[in-house]
This record gives sequence, structure tokens and C-alpha cells, in this order.
Amino acid sequence: MSVHLSEAILMLKYSEETMKRFSHPKYVGEMKDADAVGEEGNFKCGDVMRIYLKIKDNKITDIKFLTYGCVAAIASTDALCETVKGKTLEEAEKLTWKDVVKGLGEMPTIKVHCSVMGIEALKDAIKKYRNGIKPVFDDEEPCCEEMRKIGKVNE
Amino acid sequence: MRFKLIYMDNGATTKIDENVLKTMMPFFTDKYANPSSSHSFGQDAKDAIDKARGRIAESINANDDEIFFTSGGTESNNWVLKGVAFAAKKEDKNKNHIITTKIEHKSILNSCKWLEDNAGFTTTYLDVDKDGFVNPEDVRKAITSKTILVSIIHGNNEVGTIQDIEAIGKICKESKVLFHTDVCQSYSKSELDVKKQNIDLMTLNAHKIHGPKGIGALYVKRDTRIMDWQQGGSHEKGMRSGTENVHGIVGFGEAVKIAKNDFKKNNKYISELRDKLIKGIMENVENVKLNGPDIKENGNKRLSNNVNFSFSAIEGESLGGYLDQKWVCSSTGSACNARTLEPSYVLKAMGLTDEEANGSLRLTLSKFNTEEEIDYVIKILPKIVEKLRYISPIGKVVNYFKKDKKE
Repeated sequence: MSVHLSEAILMLKYSEETMKRFSHPKYVGEMKDADAVGEEGNFKCGDVMRIYLKIKDNKITDIKFLTYGCVAAIASTDALCETVKGKTLEEAEKLTWKDVVKGLGEMPTIKVHCSVMGIEALKDAIKKYRNGIKPVFDDEEPCCEEMRKIGKVNE
Repeated sequence: MRFKLIYMDNGATTKIDENVLKTMMPFFTDKYANPSSSHSFGQDAKDAIDKARGRIAESINANDDEIFFTSGGTESNNWVLKGVAFAAKKEDKNKNHIITTKIEHKSILNSCKWLEDNAGFTTTYLDVDKDGFVNPEDVRKAITSKTILVSIIHGNNEVGTIQDIEAIGKICKESKVLFHTDVCQSYSKSELDVKKQNIDLMTLNAHKIHGPKGIGALYVKRDTRIMDWQQGGSHEKGMRSGTENVHGIVGFGEAVKIAKNDFKKNNKYISELRDKLIKGIMENVENVKLNGPDIKENGNKRLSNNVNFSFSAIEGESLGGYLDQKWVCSSTGSACNARTLEPSYVLKAMGLTDEEANGSLRLTLSKFNTEEEIDYVIKILPKIVEKLRYISPIGKVVNYFKKDKKE
């Protein structure tokens, strides 16, 4: 007989700040001329995060994100974008989860991983940029099998 | 200012009917006696309990002495599983097998797990088809000489699938195995008759039918072998001790009376709203799928109040979040909304992909919903889906290599 404490103490209530960000995210959208794109997440837990960066002289001059994700993912990544814009790549890389969510009030414990995804996607984008992996936007060809599937739920 | 709330989460709980509340009130203030007391004041409370018991028994064609009050559906389900299991084991140590389905309420699944972990029982979890139906023949095939109980939910809480309990009950009767069904969702929405449907045990509760929370019942057919559940002052014929929740029982009885009187009217009204909502969303949103039985062919095999969609490329908790901001209460089978971070096991058992389950939205109606509310949801939901699909990366393609390097 055992009870999972993490389940027992779960609280799924979001702060007012989180809900405000979620309602009106400022940094969502596609960026077709991005210099770097990073991704993180998986379909099972219901979160996929993508971050687009515009980089000039080692600085992040613009940032946008897309997410197949929950309230926490949308709100925290929007907050992340605001923090990151104007920073150098080195400064951006050093950001921690705490830096991102400090303006959002309390986050439900179980939702922490959703808010970490933005940072992971950002790091992925910077890594790809440094390795010279440039994104190519191709509307014709889905990039993975899972995305192909989900686009055709109705068929 | 808060706008008028549009409550479409009646699968979770319902608003108490004002008339139910009215009948309950005197039992807090004027008729507060303990029904076990021998004075006439106490006997008034006892009479009220008996009256409610009679109404509930009548609603499922049972006898009064076959209805036992509990604190709700979860308790009734726990009692059935453990009470039947231990009674069978006491009689014959080899009897240790339970049959249920993959789409039961957690109170059934976790009670089975508890019996497996702590008391040496084994459980067969039957599969369901793409619409959530159990094949009664699968029940027959799963029954062995060790089987003591078959427990199958009548109306599913997530997708509204109504099982053919009459066919399953017949198979159990032929095989001399006890049959239990949880009717918390289908009570007042689908005809119930324990004799015709060969039901030995039935879980009922009040708060899904506009009654109060914290009160439910278990129907136990006469001479069924089941252990007493809670020991104490021999209330409920010694089966479930504890001073009766008199006001709750009175409210439960009244809710049943109202639901019985308005059965046809309510179900016609609610299923029309349901069908309007389903059609309205299917016509106005692309890449949406209805989960559970189709309303054209199987409308009567779907709970009259249940709507469940999967929207491609978006996540259900965010969808519910934006609906909430428009004062619409909904629920989702998304992993992100679950304590376990796993998508709904009911939707997964029906063969939905993780993506489809994560993009699910449940809207459950009641007699208090109006056509205007349905129109409003049909108006705002497509816009919210569009917004979330704009936010979603799915379908927006990026390759990370230059075209000449592509395979």
C-alpha cells in the first residue's frame, strides 16, 4: 500500500500572472527568417516546444515561439522570450528555470517540467546555431512521422 | 464583473436542484434528530430515510431492503470489489478472479489494483472497441472457474458510451458469476431495471443527478454474498455502520423523484442540445473528431449529455483554459491536465493516439443548459481552436539542414 505524495499534494491552480500571460502571449508566432530554431518535448505528455531566434552580433535581437502545450508552457515560454530578448547568447544560455518563472508567481509542482521546456528549446536553438545548423522552412514536407499523423486526425 | 457562467462539466458534478435543496433544509434545522433514536422526533428522521430508500429502489425496480446508503460512488465501488472479493475468498480460497474493463472509473481500477497488491486477487481488464463498447462475448470468454465478479461501468464518464448491460448480465447469470455495474453517469439518463438486466450489485450516487454531494447508494440483490463494509452501531442492517446522512439521503430521494418524473422530457431536451453542439462544432472546425458513439446511428447508446471531441494539433488544457476565460466550464483528457502526466486511459483504450487524447475536450450538459449557451460555444470554440493552432508548431515545418544535404 503506497500513496504517491506528488499526486496527493498536487495543486493545479495557476497564478493571476500566469493566466495573464497565457491569455495574451506576446511572443507567439512563426518566424520564417529565423537564424536558429530549437525544439524540445514529446507528444505523450502533450508538450512540444519550438523557439525561433534572430541573432545579430552574438545578440538575440528577436525571439518567437510555438507550442503544442498547456497553460504553463505558453505562459512561461512567453515570459522566457521577454527575458531573453536583447541578451547575448552566453547570457541566454546561463538562464535558469527560476529566472524565467520568478515573475509568474507560484507554479503547480507538476507543471514545472512544462515551464522548463522553453529553456531547453532555447538551448537547442543556440547549440544548433553554433554548430552551423541553419533552419530551412519547407511547407511541402512534414519533418517527422508524428506531425504527419496529427495533421490528419480526421482521415 | 463576472459574466454568467456556462457550466458544461456535468459529468464532474451537477448543480443541485432548488427543490431538492428545499426538501433537505428542514433536516439541518428542525428535524435534526438521529434516526436511531427511539423518540418520535428520531422516528420522523427514520421515516424520511425509508421514504427516500423506497424511491431509489423503485427507480431501478429493486426492493427497499436491497438499497444501502454510502457516501457516494467511490465508496460503493470500493465496497463492491472488496466486499465481494473477501466474501468469496472466505468460502473458497481458489476463487480469486475479477473481470472488469479498461475504461472503468478510477475507484474500480484502483480497488482491483489494491486487491491484486494486497490480497492475492487477479483481474482481467477487457478491451473496448473504437467507440468504447465492450463486446459481451468477451465477458463470456474471460470467465473462468475462479471468477467471482464482473464489474462493468454502464455509461462511461468520458465518452458517454452506454454498454449493453442486459446482455452482459445474462451471460453472468448463465455463468453464475456476480454482476456489478456503476451507473453514476447513466442514472436518470438511461432505463435501469435490475431484474430485467440481471444486475446483482449497482453503484448509484446523487450529485450527478442534481442531488447533493457526499451521498450515494449500493444496490445489493437479496442473498448476494458480500462482506459488511463499515463496523459500528449496526446501521444499514449492520452492513454499513455510521449515523445516517439524513439530509443527504432526503436530497438524494427528492433528486431521484424529480429525475424520474422528468425522465423523458429532460433526455429529449438534453440530447437535442447535445446533437446541436456536436453538429455545430463539426461543421465549423476542421480536423475534429467525435470520440465515443456516433449520434446518427448510435445516439441512444451515448449518454444524452455527453460530447467529447479531439482537435488535431492542439493541447486540451490550453483549450479548456481559454474556454474558462470565456466562463465556459469544460474538461479534458489531456496528459497536461492529469496528475500522472499521462493522457486519458479511457481514450487510449479506445485506440486514440497520444496526440488525439491530448487534444480532447469534454463538454457535459444538463437540464439547466440553454440553447443560447450552445450557440455561444459554437461561436467561440472554433476561434479558440484557430488561435491554438496558430500557436502550435505542429504542421509548421522546419528542416535543420540545407536543401543540398537533405536525404
